[in-house]
Parts: sequence; structure tokens; C-alpha cells
Amino acid sequence: MAHVFPENSVGLVSPKVARFDQPLALACGRQLNEYEIVYETYGELNEQRSNAVLICHALSGHHHAAGYHSPEDRKPGWWDACIGPSKAIDTNKFFVVSLNNLGGCNGSTGPGSRNPETGKIYGADFPMVTVEDWVHSQARLADKLDIQQWAAVVGGSLGGMQALQWSISYPERIRHCIAIAAAPKLSAQNIAFNEVARQAILSDPDFLDGYFIEHGTIPRRGLKLARMVGHITYLSDDSMGAKFGRELKTSQLNFDVNNVEFQVESYLRYQGEEFSGRFDANTYLIMTKALDYFDPAAVHDGNLAKTFAHAQANFYLISFTTDWRFSPARSKEIADALIAAKKNVVSVEIDAPQGHDAFLMPIPRYLQAFTGYMNRIEV
Amino acid sequence: MRADLEIIQQWIPENSHVLDLGCGDGELLAWLKEHKNVSGYGLEIDPEKINTCIEKGVNVIEQDLDKGLSNFANNSFDVVVMTQALQVVHYPDKILQEMLRVGRTCIITFPNFGHWRCRWYLATKGRMPVSDFMPYTWYNTPNIHFCTFKDFEALCHEMQMQVLDRLAVDGLHRNSLGSRLWPNMLGEIGIYRVARNVVKLA
Repeated sequence: MAHVFPENSVGLVSPKVARFDQPLALACGRQLNEYEIVYETYGELNEQRSNAVLICHALSGHHHAAGYHSPEDRKPGWWDACIGPSKAIDTNKFFVVSLNNLGGCNGSTGPGSRNPETGKIYGADFPMVTVEDWVHSQARLADKLDIQQWAAVVGGSLGGMQALQWSISYPERIRHCIAIAAAPKLSAQNIAFNEVARQAILSDPDFLDGYFIEHGTIPRRGLKLARMVGHITYLSDDSMGAKFGRELKTSQLNFDVNNVEFQVESYLRYQGEEFSGRFDANTYLIMTKALDYFDPAAVHDGNLAKTFAHAQANFYLISFTTDWRFSPARSKEIADALIAAKKNVVSVEIDAPQGHDAFLMPIPRYLQAFTGYMNRIEV
Repeated sequence: MRADLEIIQQWIPENSHVLDLGCGDGELLAWLKEHKNVSGYGLEIDPEKINTCIEKGVNVIEQDLDKGLSNFANNSFDVVVMTQALQVVHYPDKILQEMLRVGRTCIITFPNFGHWRCRWYLATKGRMPVSDFMPYTWYNTPNIHFCTFKDFEALCHEMQMQVLDRLAVDGLHRNSLGSRLWPNMLGEIGIYRVARNVVKLA
């Protein structure tokens, strides 16, 4: 019997691969002579090619944002709460493109790919890529799909930063910029957390200077720790308290450091384990560095309003009250700059207990405010 | 359009840049954008009203007026509007000061606590007035800073504000003869257009 997907699901989807053989110059000074980008699409591109929406993923995201790869899949894509028929990003209206960024580990060219020039796995030799580089590569994907202008570029967290960068790098190619739980640049505290994660990976003996694949190892311990510390920053104190409190896994305290005692320890270890089995350590290093480097106002002496001076997009900023990774104050910085630059901007702050991860959750007011905005976008 | 907004829009020039404090469902800004090519933003904190603004295509910013307007630059708007919000903010004088800093002119509307019905209610019942227009009891009202037209004008004077236009209207926003003759007694709503006093050097 055929598996039945929920009515508001895009259903069964399969990734596509776009191959590029024009060199892509990168911010770090190096270039990628040839590369592949894996992506998925949902909905139909209209005749005017005016209904395309680009989804940009966050740190550990990928191209599989909605639907299912097989009827047996336990979970749909990572943003299935917001993408699908009659959902916020309505696939009856929009043609949605979701890709895996360069440097990723889910199919696009990255540290785990073979360098065509040497025939070896890139490993640590994969060039550092930045948010700007990603946006340029996404523009090439748009060219390939014959999409001149996105109806909207949408992303949460690091994905929101890409959406903002689109409005700066390609002002004429984006009508709406939707940046959710984003920031105009990282704070020292944000960078500090990233550095702890990187050190966890770099100090794992199995990391082997980044050439672990060649040697048939995986720096699992490092990746696990990196994910554990990262994961803490995605949740709020409230949500962790509500989920785990001080609940014990065991019936009593064991006065033992080797075993899991608190539920929260068990949860973090599980998250870390699961992550270390599916994510590439070099990709993690690149993604965190891309976050750290993102600072579009730097070339304008830190003046964010000036940075957006030539932007033509309409902006929509959504933040969440308990998000302490990219707090509402960070979205407000963006909003204030856009107001100073006299750009069209809508800015909302959703009361939600889930912390940074709230942008992935089906929170009623969030979905309503998101849907309301998407509905008024003309295609 | 809401009757008071119909009056206010006449005071807003075409193509101007407007900030609407407590913009509600965005009716004024949406109308101004469509009919007068006005740009700008509305500040609101009510999620439902914010949603309506979004659906209307109004640039709505979720921001609490009680936290000030420090994120807006001096003279960055042609007009700053605040309708029926003066009485709900914690520091009416501070918000007025901020409005004058941010905008070249300001339009403010508020209910007149000096209206004869309020006076009559208080005088005869000895209790805080409750009416269709001000339906809250004293302990659960969002209206925490009532004033009369006279009070407001005294504050304008104290803050060196220049009253450019004033209109006292009844509950249906009619500028009746009575409210023209004796505004502080017969006007229910005050609509004021004010600006900073330009200090002239001798």
C-alpha cells in the first residue's frame, strides 16, 4: 500500500545536482574551478518566472528542507513546518529552491569531496567559504534555473545572514528579504562559543589535521563536543528547564563522573552522538568561520545603514524573545539600520520559550505572522 | 477610514515620511501610502494588530513606546503621529519630547478628561467616569494618564512646543459649534498639530 503523506506536505521529493565549470573566486583569495550544488525544488515555477523563493540553510542545515525522500522516512525536511501547500511558504503559490551550500557535507562540493586537480579528498584543503561566497554561488544556481529575480530569499540564523547578503550583493535580484533569528554580525560571545566548538574538533586526535577521511577515521569525539556546546546555545534556559529540569536518569545520585546522571546530560550526549555520525568536521569548521566572518558593515566602517543604502528589497525580520544566540536586540540592530536607510521593513518579536531553535518550530503566532507576510508577496 | 484619521490625513503632506506611534491595524499608514505616496513606519505591540498591518503591507515595527524612540534619528520624519496613545504611555512628556526630536511636526490625539460628561460623572457620582467612550474601570484601564485640553496645552507651553493647529471634536469626531466655542468643556477628543518652538535670536 502506498504511504500517505500529510495533505499539507510537498510529499516525495528528490535532490537534483547542478554542475558548474566556471571558476568561482572566493573571498579567501582562492577559487573553485568546478563544483556541484545539490538542491531540491518544491512547487512549480510560473510562466513569468516570478514566484521563486530561495531557502538558505543554517549551520548544520542542508537542501532537504521539506517533504520526504522515501515513504519510510521518519521525519520530513528540516523546515517542513513552514514549507508546503497552504503553509507559510505556500508551494501552491511559490516555486521553492533549497540548496546545500558549498563546503557542506550533504552533497554539494565540500571538504569531503574529491579535489579534481589532485584526485584526493579535499579535507582541510577545501578553501574557506564565506556568506558572500555562498550568495555568489546561489546566484549562479539562479542563473542556471533561469531565475532572474527571487520573489523572496528566506533564511533563519546563518540562513538569515545569507538573505541579508543577497539584498546587499544583488539588490536587483531579490524582492523580499526575510531574515529570521539573524544578526548583522556575531558578538564576541558568539565567536567564543564557535571557538570552543572548533577547538573540540581540532584537538581530537582523530582529526588528523583535517585529513581524517583519507585515513579512514572520523573525529567523532570532537564533533560530538562541538555539537553539544552549540546545542546549548540553541535552547533557552526556560526550554531546557521545562524539558529536563534536574531530572535524573538514574534513581539516585551515583557520585560518579563516568555515567550519565541527569537527563540533560543524556540528551546532549545523544544529540552529539547523532550529529557526529552525520556531519563532517571540516564542514563544521568552515560553517562556524563563515558565521564569525560575516560582517557586511565592516567595509562601511561599521555603518549598517550605509551597507543597506543600495538595497531594493522589502525586509522582514522575525526574532524570538528567548533566543539568546541571536537575540531580538540583534534583529533590532538590523531593523534600525534599515529604518535609517529608509527601506521598507517589517519587524516582529515572537514571544516563544524555545530559544534560537524557535525558528524551526510551528509556533502559532510565528506561523501566522510568517504566512501573512508571504501571502502579500506579489508573484 | 476612522473619523479622527480622516481629519489627521489632511494635515499630512504628500510624499512625506511618517512615523505612526501605536499604529493599530495600520489604517492611516495604508491609506496615506495609497493616496498620498507617504512612506514610513508604524510602531505597535499588539500581535493581532501587527498581523493586520502585515496583511495590509504596512511597515510595522514591533516596539514598545514606553521604551522610547532612541532608535530613530533626529529630524528623520516629516510627521510623527500618535493617536489615542498619549494616555496609555508611562511618560507622556518624555514621549512628546521624543516625538519632537524625531519629527519636524507631530500630530497627537487624546481624549479630553475635562469634557462636561466626565466632570458631571465625577461631580455627581464621586467616582471615576466610565462611559462608552472610556469603558474601563480605574483599576484595569490602559489609560493611565488622563488630561484635559488645558493640561495638555500647559505642558506644550512648558515644553516650548508650538501648537500649529488644534481641533476639539465630539465622540463622532464632529467639530461642532459647541466644541469650537468651549473646547475644554464640550470637546471629547483633541487633535493637535505641534512643532518645536524655534527660538528666535534677537
